[in-house]
Parts: sequence; structure tokens; C-alpha cells
Amino acid sequence: MNGEGLLILGPVLAAMITAATPLLYAALGELVVEKSGVLNLGVEGMMLAGAVIGFIVMVNTGSHTLGFAGAALAGAVMAALFGVLTLLLLANQVATGLALTLFGVGLASLVGQGYVGRPIPDVPELRVPGLSDLPIVGPALFGHDLPVYLALALVPAVSWFLYRTRAGLVLRAVGENHSAAHALGYKVLGIRFLAVLFGGAMSGMGGAYLSLAYTPMWAEGMTAGRGWIALALVVFATWKPERVLLGAWLFGGVTIMQLHAQGMGLAVSSQLLSMLPYLATVVVLVAISRDVTRIRLNAPACLGKVFHPEA
Amino acid sequence: MIRLEARGQASRVMVYATPVLAVALTLASGFLLFWALGFDPVKALHAFFIQPLTTARGLGELVVKATPLVLCAVGLAIGFRANVWNIGAEGQLTLGALAGGGLALAFYGEGGWWLLPLMVLGGIAGGMAWAAIPAFLKVRFNASEILTSLMLTYVALLLLTYMVNGPYRDPDGFAFPESRMFEPEAVLPVLVEGTRVHLGALFALLAVAGGWVLMSRTFIGFQIRVIGLTPAAAGYAGFNEKRIVWLTLLLSGGLAGLAGLGEVAGPIGQITPGISPGYGFTAIIVAFLGRLHPVGILLAGLLMALSFIGGEAAQIGLGLPKAITGVFQGMLLFFLLATDVLIRYRVRFGAKRVTA
Amino acid sequence: MNRRTMGKALLGLAGAAVALSASVYLGGAGAAVAQDKLKVGFVYVGPISDHGYSYQHDQGRLAVEKELGSKVTTTYVENVPEGADAERVIDQLAASGHKLIYTTSFGFMNPTLKVAQRYPDVKFEHATGYKRAANVATYSARFYEGRTVVGLIAGKMTKSNVIGYIASYPIPEVVSGINAFTLALREVNPKAEVRVVWVNSWYDPPKEAEAAKALADQGADVIVQHTDSPAPVQLAQERGLWAVGQSSDMTRFGPKAHLTAIVDDWSPYYLERTKEVLDGTWKSKDTWGGFKAGLLYLAPYNPAIPKDVVELAEKARTDIMAGTRHSFTGPIKDQSGKEVIAAGKTATDEQILKMDWFVEGVVGKLPK
Repeated sequence: MNGEGLLILGPVLAAMITAATPLLYAALGELVVEKSGVLNLGVEGMMLAGAVIGFIVMVNTGSHTLGFAGAALAGAVMAALFGVLTLLLLANQVATGLALTLFGVGLASLVGQGYVGRPIPDVPELRVPGLSDLPIVGPALFGHDLPVYLALALVPAVSWFLYRTRAGLVLRAVGENHSAAHALGYKVLGIRFLAVLFGGAMSGMGGAYLSLAYTPMWAEGMTAGRGWIALALVVFATWKPERVLLGAWLFGGVTIMQLHAQGMGLAVSSQLLSMLPYLATVVVLVAISRDVTRIRLNAPACLGKVFHPEA
Repeated sequence: MIRLEARGQASRVMVYATPVLAVALTLASGFLLFWALGFDPVKALHAFFIQPLTTARGLGELVVKATPLVLCAVGLAIGFRANVWNIGAEGQLTLGALAGGGLALAFYGEGGWWLLPLMVLGGIAGGMAWAAIPAFLKVRFNASEILTSLMLTYVALLLLTYMVNGPYRDPDGFAFPESRMFEPEAVLPVLVEGTRVHLGALFALLAVAGGWVLMSRTFIGFQIRVIGLTPAAAGYAGFNEKRIVWLTLLLSGGLAGLAGLGEVAGPIGQITPGISPGYGFTAIIVAFLGRLHPVGILLAGLLMALSFIGGEAAQIGLGLPKAITGVFQGMLLFFLLATDVLIRYRVRFGAKRVTA
Repeated sequence: MNRRTMGKALLGLAGAAVALSASVYLGGAGAAVAQDKLKVGFVYVGPISDHGYSYQHDQGRLAVEKELGSKVTTTYVENVPEGADAERVIDQLAASGHKLIYTTSFGFMNPTLKVAQRYPDVKFEHATGYKRAANVATYSARFYEGRTVVGLIAGKMTKSNVIGYIASYPIPEVVSGINAFTLALREVNPKAEVRVVWVNSWYDPPKEAEAAKALADQGADVIVQHTDSPAPVQLAQERGLWAVGQSSDMTRFGPKAHLTAIVDDWSPYYLERTKEVLDGTWKSKDTWGGFKAGLLYLAPYNPAIPKDVVELAEKARTDIMAGTRHSFTGPIKDQSGKEVIAAGKTATDEQILKMDWFVEGVVGKLPK
């Protein structure tokens, strides 16, 4: 790689980190949901709900903070619907999650009709004097907006919660063996419901990152499948928060790099280059999945299974 | 206080009553939804559920739309029963279309009676080949089929774009990304004159029948059910779990591939960049709505198809935006999924009786 | 939810069955009145709210409603997938009494022809295709004419001599646009080069933003797009670069960056053809119009563009309209240096419609 190639590394890393941010929010949320034993495939729908509500709140209040808060709330409301159906009415989780996506896509475009094509100000970047001007590291690490750092901070936070707190232990116990947790007196459904709400709020934030910061606008279906990628990242991460970060960076990084390769005139079809992020994820998953016992230990044993206290 | 009490046995009545209840609830809430949004609710509901069924052509379209959904869902359901989570039917469908349809292009101008059977086999093989990758990675490397099959779907869709922009592109098509129109020898025969119902619908019915026989009349079906319900017991019984992974993935992939071939050699008649509007994903819902039972899937596929076609009719007749269709479909699904609870549980009012 | 529907919702909660039965009754009466009008149908590939391609077509529909509202009623179906569903939608429009149907995306070509065979008394208009029949006409815009003008502006405005070009799919419309742009660019700035990134989508804001970032990071200071979302314009604004919008005027997404935009305008064509059906003079034909036909125009120039550059651009535009300038005037060499169009010659329409090669000055190969 020549000098130009090296200098470009900073912006590439910066682009990778922002591209990974919406995936990070949604995947971390879904990870907590799945750790509690619930599989919510409605991430895409919840992200869209967050994207549109966050945008509407921002337009009407002028506040990015309120926008993100509104998005989290919208995601949580969608998730609550899922929670009522699957936890209280014991509906099938896979199908309900997919239906939630269908519902969310429609609802978001219905609610957002009057908001398409309206510009809003971007979330301001935080610049650290001195540090932001360093070569490579400067643009890569110092110069993002606040939600990027928040998402990064959530990785150790979620990890700490799951593995270092009592509440996290209980949540994992519920996902591991709900009958035993119930017998010990824990409110399985209540805990799962809270986890589902958290997942919804995080998906909503991920959606809002797209509509408020990444491309400050609302467009129908603007998440364009990122909810599905987030779901895949949880599996990729074998239910470990740090690995979610790794997966999101891998996916975002390869996406950015293939765009750079195109711009530099690499003589490979763009469709084939565009396959790389997906293929890279598969290849790395294969490489890290070979240790069978470790994955079995991480996967919540009760994932997707219905729980009824009387049963 | 309202609470749910487990029934000793699943209610036979409720198995049939809950879908009716769900549809009634959907009609009632749909009525309110359309009314609240300023549309004539009676007309809207009529457009959704009645109008498409009033003409032979409409009925035919229902079958055309349900065909790929049912084909994909029957295969997926068998896998789901065995806890094999193939969510990449969309990709397998695409590969079936590419492989089977590719034969139509390869033998363009040289076709005969043998071409269609070859294409059908090619479609099945294409879908199977694509599903074999997650199967291999699962069995050999323990890689989750949820992730691999989903990621391969995106790869398949890009491969389709690549092929129609390259090798498959119509040489006389002004460089537009589409293949030639297939020759008559390479198009599935229409079963009912005046409609677009094609041979694929018969394949779907055969798949339903075959799926039923496999699951309830064969030892393999028994193994699949045992592995799905109690993996540990399956282990003790000496069932080969890896073989079931291979079998269910190849089966669902093959059926999805057949669905894809049915689209390109049926109503579309060529290979285009947009073969499927997400049939492979919708089929997952159809599989569960049908309670993973082949006959249930047939009914669920028809209902799902009706809601799509009805949404179009409502757009044309009443100017109902597409977004409302999505919301309405979501409601329909929520009710169908939620009322299923009544099969295994009964609703009790008041405090819990002291029984022990 | 907009104000009208919100009001309806509140009303709905308050007033009960009386309002209901009234609306049913009114609906029945309304249908009878509309019978004598010409019913015109529009089929869109995207949502009408996309502020891009389908939105511009719907603006054309609204123009027809506005001008001919006393004689026509219009219907649209949005988000129609370009697979097996298209034929059903078009058929339903024809079967429900629409006598003129516009199918506005290339992928609707064969479905349109199939339906047209079944309804010989219905007129069909298919956008951007090449197959016609007695009752199927085709129409498209010479988008490349706009790209020539913005190429001149970009050549004058760039400092880095690197232009970033975000493209959707490698179809002739896009390829000829890239070539027309590059030829004009290098006419005024021979040192400039064009870097192309394909995003394989017409509308994916985050993906387009990522492509714009990659191009900006490679030194591009003008971002041109042949995709429909305003995300690249936003990115250019944020980075202090120039941008050229597409499909609709995107100034409000980046007032500083937005040089101009190539705007599609289908209303003149839709008005003309709908009137012809009303008058009984409609005939199947192919229409491929550019600036002169009014099917495209340029959004207001950015005030920051120097006066002489605006004059250069305006001269090119008026010359194109007058027929004294052609976007593809030889000598034109492809990337291998082979002369494709000889000096003094201009490309034929067929050469433009089938274009699948890049001119000199474009970085990277066009995948075959």
C-alpha cells in the first residue's frame, strides 16, 4: 500500500465505525432479548418505527436528544406489542416477530407520510482539539457524534450487566432454564418482558441513528434490511457482547472497503464485490464456530421456547 | 383477574374455531382502522376479502400468488419441526430460478419436450445446492444455519443481479438487465384457460400431500418430530441428527428452488432482477400460520395471498395507500397468532381455584 | 399521520354509527357520478413518497388531475414489484375500466405487453422500454443531455480533478449518463477523472451515503449521483464539497453543496398523451425527449457558481435544445483508446440506447 493508501485508512476506519453503529444498537438489544430466552425477529420493524418517530420528534421539537428518546420509546412500544403476544398470549415467537416487521414497515410509512423529503440538521460531531487532527487515529476515533460513542460504551455496559450483576445473572438464568428460574421464585415473564422492551428501545435507537445522524432524513423502508443483519450478528457473536462489536465492525468495514475498491477502479463486478460483507461474515462465523462446546454454553437453552407459569 | 389455564388436551373445536375468531377480530379492527383513516370500511373490507374472489381470473391470481408461498412453506415447516432454522428460502428460490431458468436460456432455440422436465430438475437442484452450503457448514463446522442461510440470501440476490447484467442478459435487449423471454417449450403449461394458474400449482399440491405423508406416515417423519421435540431422546434412540439436518435443508431448498423455477417459467416467463417480492421470507410466516402442518400451510398460503391481492384491489378501487395494507396484514397475523392460545389454554376469570 | 387523517381518527372515536352509515351511502353515490370520465391508471415501482423517480411520475399524474380533472379520474398503484405481480396489477387496472394506463418502470415492459394483448381497446404507455404494439406506446427522457451540462459545471468547479459518481445499476441509461458527463467534464478540464461506485440500488440512503463518503475520502470534491436519495447531497454539504442532485430538486438537503439537479418532469408528456386519448387522436409511438420536450430540466443553479460557468452551462443547454450540440459528438474513444465515434459524427440513438462501454476518463472497467 502506498502513502495515499495509508492516509486513507483513517477515514475508512471512521466510516466503518459509523456504518457499524446502527447495527450495534440493534444487535446489542437483541442479544439481551435472546439471552432472556426470547427470539424477536421484528428488529427491522422496530428499527423503522424508531427511525420515523425519532425523526418526527426531532422535526417538531428541534432536539436530537428528544428524537432519540422518542425513538427508544417507539421501539419499546412495538416490542411491548410483541411481548404481549408472545409472553402473555403465548404466540409463536418467530412468526410474531416476522409479523411485527410487516406491521412496522407499514405503520412507519403511514405515520411518516408527511415527513418525507424534509431536511433536518445533522447531529453535531464532537471534535477533540488536537486529537481529532492526528493522522489516521484522529478521524478514525475522535470526530464522531455522541450516539457513536454511546453505542461503543454500551458494549462493555451490556457485558457488565449480563455477567457482573445479579440482575444479569437472573436474566441469563431465565433464558437458560425458565422452569428452574420460576421454581426459584423469579418472575420469568416479567423479566422477559423487560428484556424485550430493552431490545425494542435499542432497535429504535439504531433506527434513529440512521434517520437523525447517518442520513438525516426520513424515507420509507430506509433501514433497508439492517435489522436482519443485526439479528445475524447476534448469532455471529455467539451471544457475546464484545463479539457483536467485532461482527458489526467486520460487516461495516468490508462494506466500506468494497466501495473504496470500486472507486479505485478494481476490475471486478460491483455485484460480486457487494457480496463480500455477507461472505466475510459467513467465513468468520465458520472459523469461530468450530469449538462446539463453547457455543452450546453461550446459546440460551430456552431460546424461542414458550413459557407458561402453570405448565 | 383474567388468566390462562392449561387444558388437559388440545381443544379440537378451537383448532378450527380460532382462525374464524381471528378473522372476525381482524374484520372488526380493520373496520375501525379504515374508518379512522377516512376510507369507506365496508368497501375496503370488500376489496380485501371478497372482490378478488368474484372472478375466475381473480381466483386464478390467488392460486398463482399462493403457489410459491406454499411450496416454500411446506419445506421450511419440515425443517422447523426438526429445529433446523432455514430462513434463506428466498436465496434458494433465487438459485432455483437461476439454475432452472438458465437451462431455458442455454437451450434457447433447441428446446423439445424434454426441456421443461430438465428445467424443473434444474430448479430443484439449484435450490438444493444453495441449501447444501448451510447444511455442510452446520454439520461440518457447527455454523448456525440461521446466519449462513440468511447471508447466502443476500449473496443469491446479488448473484441474480450479476447474471442478468452479464451472462443471462438478452442479446437483443438494449443492454437492459433481463434475459430473453423463454420459448413456449420452456414455459410451464397453464392449467386453467383464461388464468395464469400454471403447473407449479400442481407441484404445490403434490408438495402438500408429500409433506403430509412424510411427516405422519414415515419413520423419517417420526425422527424429525422427535429430534424437534426432545433432542436428547433422539440422541438416545440413535437417530442421526446430522442426516436430518442434511435432509431437511435439502428438502426445503429443493422446494424453494422449484418455487423459483415456477415463477420464471410460469407467470414471469423470463429471468428478471426481481423474481420474488420476498416469498421466501413470507413463507416463514405462512409455515407458522399453518401450524407447521402441510394442510394448514395450504390454507395459510391462500389467506396470505388473498391479503396481498386484496391490498392491490383496495389501492386500485379506493386509493388505499400500500402502507395501510402492511398495517392491516400485520393485524391479521397478530390475531391469528394470538388466538391460537385458546387451543391449549382456556381463559378463566377470577382468582385461581385451589386444587391441590 | 397528517392533519386530515388525524382529525378523522378523532372524529371516528367520538361519532358512532351515524357517520358510518352516511359514509357508506355517500361512497355508493360518488361512484355513480364518476362513470363518464376517462379513467387513467399509473403503476409505480416505488413509493410515491420517495421524492425521487416514482414521486416525479406522480407529480405528472397530479398535473393531469389538475388540468383535466373535469374529464379524467386517475388511479395509482405504488410499490409494485417487477415480478409476477406487475401483470396482475396492470390487468386489474384494465379490467376495472381504465382506458389509459402508464406503466412507469422498465421492468413492467413484458407484463404491459401481455396485458395489452388482452385489452385491445385500452391504451398503454410504457416508460423506458423498447417494445411497442398498436396499443402500447413507449416514452423516455434523454437524461444524458442533463449530464452533459452538469459535466461542464463539474469540470469548472473541481479543484482536486477527481469526481465521485454514485451509480445505481449498469444499464444503458446510467452508462450513457456517465459517458456524457465525462465527455463534457474533460472538454473543459482534460485532467479530471471520474470514479464510479455502483450501489446496486436506486434508493438506499445509508448505502448512498457510504458510497459518497468513500468517494470523498478518495479525494473527490464533486459528488454526482444517478440514484434517487438526497443522502449524497447531505454528505457533500457536511464535508464542504459540491454535489449534483438527481430526479428532483435537492437544494434543501444541502444548500451550499447543491450545484444543480437533473429533474425529471413527466407532466408535459402525460398531459399531451391524455389529451390525445380524450380527443381520439392517440397513436402508438416512441417518444424520447430531452430538454426541448421539457421532460427534464435543471434545478436552479447554486449562486456560488461563477457567472461565466453559468453562461457556459446555459449555452450548452440552449445549444442542445436548438440541436446544434449533441452530447456524443466524435471523436469519442473508449477506455482502450479505440475510436468508437469518428470525428464530426454523432452517436446514433441506437448506440446510446445500447451503450455498454466507458469513455476515456472513467476510472475502472465496466463489468461485462
